[in-house]
Amino acid sequence: MLDFRLYMAQRLSALIMAPLVVGHLAVMIYAVQGGLSAGEILGRTQGSLFWALFYGGFVVAVSVHAAIGLRTVISEWTRLRGGMLNGVAMAIFATLLVMGGRAVLAVTLV
Amino acid sequence: MRGGDPNAATRRPVRGHALWYAHIIHRVSGIALALFLPLHFWVLSLALTDAARLDNFLAFTELPFVKVAEFGLVFLLALHLFGGLRLMALEWLPWRAPHKTLAAGTLAVSAFVSGVFFLQAI
Amino acid sequence: MLDDASIAETDHAADSIAVSVWRGDASGGTWETFTVPRQPSQTVLDIVTWIQQEADPTLTYRFACRVGMCGSCAMMVNDEPRWTCRTHVGRVVKDGAISIAPLRNLPVIKDLATDMDPFFDKWVKAEATHHPSAGRHDDFAAVLPDDEQRVEASAGIECINCAVCYAACDTVAGNPDYLGPAALQRAWTLYNDSRDDAGGAILDAVSAQGGCHSCHSMGSCTHYCPNDLDPMGAIAGLKRATAKRFFRRGRG
Repeated sequence: MLDFRLYMAQRLSALIMAPLVVGHLAVMIYAVQGGLSAGEILGRTQGSLFWALFYGGFVVAVSVHAAIGLRTVISEWTRLRGGMLNGVAMAIFATLLVMGGRAVLAVTLV
Repeated sequence: MRGGDPNAATRRPVRGHALWYAHIIHRVSGIALALFLPLHFWVLSLALTDAARLDNFLAFTELPFVKVAEFGLVFLLALHLFGGLRLMALEWLPWRAPHKTLAAGTLAVSAFVSGVFFLQAI
Repeated sequence: MLDDASIAETDHAADSIAVSVWRGDASGGTWETFTVPRQPSQTVLDIVTWIQQEADPTLTYRFACRVGMCGSCAMMVNDEPRWTCRTHVGRVVKDGAISIAPLRNLPVIKDLATDMDPFFDKWVKAEATHHPSAGRHDDFAAVLPDDEQRVEASAGIECINCAVCYAACDTVAGNPDYLGPAALQRAWTLYNDSRDDAGGAILDAVSAQGGCHSCHSMGSCTHYCPNDLDPMGAIAGLKRATAKRFFRRGRG
C-alpha cells in the first residue's frame, strides 16, 4: 500500500533512527546497572540540550515510521482502506508525536 | 478436511521459510514496539506531573518478571533494528548478499545485545 | 530431503493415496476426497489426470507440456504453489494424503483452473512490455553478454508467467493493488535492457500504488520459483533505482 513518498518517508525515518536506537540501547545498558531511579535518569537528562535534541528527533522519526508501518499492516491484515485508513494512520502519528513530545519535555525541562 | 474458499487471503500462509520468518518477526516486533511506546511515553511524562509516581514505578521495575519483560522489549527493539538494517542493505546497497545468513545473524546479534542488557539488569 | 532411493521405497509404502481436491467456482466450493492408486514415479499431475480419467470426468484442470517447461500445471499442493508435473508424489505425500487446490491469489474459474487475467493485467500495468528504441531500418543493437546491466537483465528473462510466485506472495494476498513479483521482475529486466527506451516510464509505473515499494522482501517468490529466478532481488533493484532517481533529481 505504499506509494513512493510514504516509502521514502519510512525508509529515511528508519535510517535517521538507526544511530539513535543504537545510542538508546547503549544508554539503557548503562543506565539499568544498579537499578533505575528517577533521580538518576533526570540527573542526566534535565537541562540537557543534547538529550532534548536526541530524544526529540527520535520522537519525530518514530512517529512517522510507526504510523506508516502500522498503516501498511492494517491495510494488509484488515479490510480498512481509503480515508478511514489514512485517518487511523494520522491519529497514530499525532498520538505518538504528542505523547512523545511530552515525555521529552518531562525529562529535559529544568 | 478443510472447507471453504481456498483463496481466502487470511488462510494459512504459504509454508514458512527462513526469509518469511524474518519478515513476520520484523512485522510483529514493530507492532509490539508501537503498542508499547505510548505506555513508555506516559510513564516518562510522569516526571513532569507526578515525580513520586515515577519513582514508585521505577521501583516496581526491580521485580524479576519486569526485568524479563524489559529484556523482551530490548530483544524486540534489537531484532527490529538489525532486521531493518538488513532490509536497507537489500534495498539500497548494490551488492547481492546471502540474506538467509544475514537474517540468522540478525537473530544472533539481537540475542547478544539483549543478553548483555539482561545481565546488567539483574 | 528425500533422495531417489527413499522416494523409490515410499513408492511401495502404500497402495493408495487419499487426495483432497478443491472443487467449485468463483462463488465457492468444497473439498472432495478421492482414493488414488499409487504408481512408481508418480507426479501430482499424474494424480489429477487419473482422477479425471478414472474417477470423475467433471474435474477441470490445466496442463500442457507435462515436462516442466510451460508452467500451465501450477497448483497449490499441500498449501504450496508448485508445478504439478514436476512434483513427485513421494516428496509431498504426508500420512498417505495430499491436498490439491487452485493457485492462490487468483479468481477461480472452475476447480483447479484459475483466471490468469489479473496476473497479466498487472504485467501490463507495470510497463513490463518492451518499449522499442529502434526500428527495422536501424542497425542491430550491440549488446555485450557480460555487460553488467545485461547480466542483471538476463537473470530474469526465463520467466514463463506460471504465476507460482504470485500465488506464493502474502503481499499479493493482502494488497489487491500489488502488481506482484512476476510483473515487477519483468519490469526490472526491461529497465536493464539497453534496447528498451522507457526507463523513466517503467520507474513511474512501479512507483505508483501497489508498485515495488509495497514489497516486504519476504522472498516467497524466490523460494518457490521453479525456474530458480529471483524476483525479490529484481524488486529490490527497482527500489534502488527509484531511490537513486529521487536523490539525484529530488523527485519521486
